[in-house]
Amino acid sequence: MRFPIATKYIPLLGTALVLVLVYVAGAMAYPGFASLYTFKLLLENNSFVGVAAIGMTFVILSGGIDLSVGSVVAFTSIFIAKLIFLGFHPLAAIAMSLVLGAAFGAFQGALIHFYRQPAFLITLAGMFFARGMGYVVHDQALGIKHEFYSESITNWSIPIGPGVQLGLTAIIFIACLLVGLFIAHFTRFGRAVYAIGDDEQSATLMGIPIGRTKIAVYALSGFLSALAGVVSTFYQSSGWANNAIGFELDAIAATVIGGTLLTGGVGFLAGTGMGVLILGLIQDIINFQGTLSSWWTKIVVGLLLLLFIGLQTLVTALSRRRIRHVPAVPKPDKPAPAAA
Amino acid sequence: MKAEYATLINRKPALPEGLAKLVWPVAALTLLLVFNAIFTPGFFRVEFRDGYLYGSLIDILNHGSKVMLLALGMTLVIATGGVDLSVGAVMAVSGAIAVEMVQDPTASLAAAVAAALSVSVLAGAWNGALVSLLRIQPIIATLILMVAGRGVAQLITKGFIPITQHEGFTFIGNGKFLALPFPVTIVAIMVLLTWAATRKTAIGLFIESVGDNEKASHFAGINARTVKFVVYTFSGFCAGLAGLVAASNIKAADSNNAGLFLELDAIIAVVVGGTALTGGRFNLPGAIIGSLLIQTLTTTLYMRNVNPFVIPVYKAVVVLAVCLIQSPVFRAQLAAPFRRAAA
Repeated sequence: MRFPIATKYIPLLGTALVLVLVYVAGAMAYPGFASLYTFKLLLENNSFVGVAAIGMTFVILSGGIDLSVGSVVAFTSIFIAKLIFLGFHPLAAIAMSLVLGAAFGAFQGALIHFYRQPAFLITLAGMFFARGMGYVVHDQALGIKHEFYSESITNWSIPIGPGVQLGLTAIIFIACLLVGLFIAHFTRFGRAVYAIGDDEQSATLMGIPIGRTKIAVYALSGFLSALAGVVSTFYQSSGWANNAIGFELDAIAATVIGGTLLTGGVGFLAGTGMGVLILGLIQDIINFQGTLSSWWTKIVVGLLLLLFIGLQTLVTALSRRRIRHVPAVPKPDKPAPAAA
Repeated sequence: MKAEYATLINRKPALPEGLAKLVWPVAALTLLLVFNAIFTPGFFRVEFRDGYLYGSLIDILNHGSKVMLLALGMTLVIATGGVDLSVGAVMAVSGAIAVEMVQDPTASLAAAVAAALSVSVLAGAWNGALVSLLRIQPIIATLILMVAGRGVAQLITKGFIPITQHEGFTFIGNGKFLALPFPVTIVAIMVLLTWAATRKTAIGLFIESVGDNEKASHFAGINARTVKFVVYTFSGFCAGLAGLVAASNIKAADSNNAGLFLELDAIIAVVVGGTALTGGRFNLPGAIIGSLLIQTLTTTLYMRNVNPFVIPVYKAVVVLAVCLIQSPVFRAQLAAPFRRAAA
């Protein structure tokens, strides 16, 4: 059986199809759903999931996982709120939190790489650590009162239609997505991420710098999580260490629904962007519907995960069948450890 | 560094592997207990009142029971090279079903427990089928139920937090048996059963074999799929039991918070206890000691008036320390200065 398009694009196509279907279904069922204004809100309300999901996609493409995302978002929000409360300028607070997020990610990456620890475990410890440190910074919700937040941010927007202004949060999301696409597909680093996720051993033999790339990937994810935290403060004008619980699951779900394989090496950032919008649209439809309770979101997201994982399993099986004529090369046995 | 790594691997262990892996968790637990003996007044005081035992040590056993139950199932799942993220959500589902069924004080406890456990086993079997039949990566396969399970639990309770005064049901989490809290008895029975099933029959060997090398086990005549299916089903059962204990503890089914993040505690307990996430050898006593370590740490911090929200920081540090100490590379780095001096 031959598809007119490369098999690797099938999950991406599936994501696009689901996005269109969900959007059309919503538009047909509810008046006002298809308006530009609703779309603007969709982008703005999901921007902070989107920013974090971009980092998560890089991590997953490299064959890892980052569970610390939600905690870093929460930590950043309270850290910024506290710094502003102490009299720092918001821009200084934001810069510090971004540096801290990147450093935290890099540290996790270093532990994973140098001590050969499972990413799952290290970032799990990171998740607990960042969440607790958020409470150390300040153990209650803290509002942000600064003219930068009340005046400047609301003024930064782009008109996208008659009377509709795209806010700063959505602009950040779209900018991150564009930069992410460039990094993933047009830089040496992006190719290294794909190569490592596909087969770390081959990547090593090809001379790809494994350690540097892995640490950079986790640093990028930490940076983007911190940025997502910054975006969340724009959105809420406050910080709280209890924010964004279970947020990493949303980011992972968006990535998987976007067609990225959790085994690494296969997937597209564009898909993640669409995955974020699908999650947002489902939430919107449930809100528009009014009588459906919020827990249906979880059930529908679970079903969507199942659908996409099933689709990926099928695609993987298909592409395996296609290359079955290539003689299988047995993996060499592990060389016996040299006697010291 | 390569050579040092090799010497570390080739060196003859001083203790049998199972015991050697217990050294660090036991050392950490002992350290914590010694710290408490010196600095936390009344930590070791156990009172005998009205035929029951009371004290911090008993509390640790009682509160640690949920994580210990989860850790039993999780150990076997991790031994096959997998992981079960859904246990927290399954706990919520199990609790929701049971509490809904014992709303009436005269309702049958057996029916409620049976229904809750059957659904939990079904949930585990679903995970098992996804992993073994469809060959979906365990993190993802169980992620589905982790996300959807809590929604299902809320669907069962219709978004409310149903409470119950059913005597039999409240006994599960609050009753006393042999002067100890009843959950301790449940844990003891489950530990014995699991230990007997895995160490007195070939099942344990099959599990380790599949986790170590699935292909080789297949060629050796082991049905890897069945083994995987069974461990996930068992993990579902353990989660169901833990869910009953949790719901009975608070006499209510809180679908949003029951078992929230307990999957992570269970995974940490298993890994700290010397079972590697990569699969292969597993260590049941280690998992129990790991659970107790986590719970002792939590109880200690509570008793020392540490802000409960900051407790995760301490957990993270302990996990990191135990993991690093078990990492061959880290140990080689630690040992390097001494070795050079000796040479």
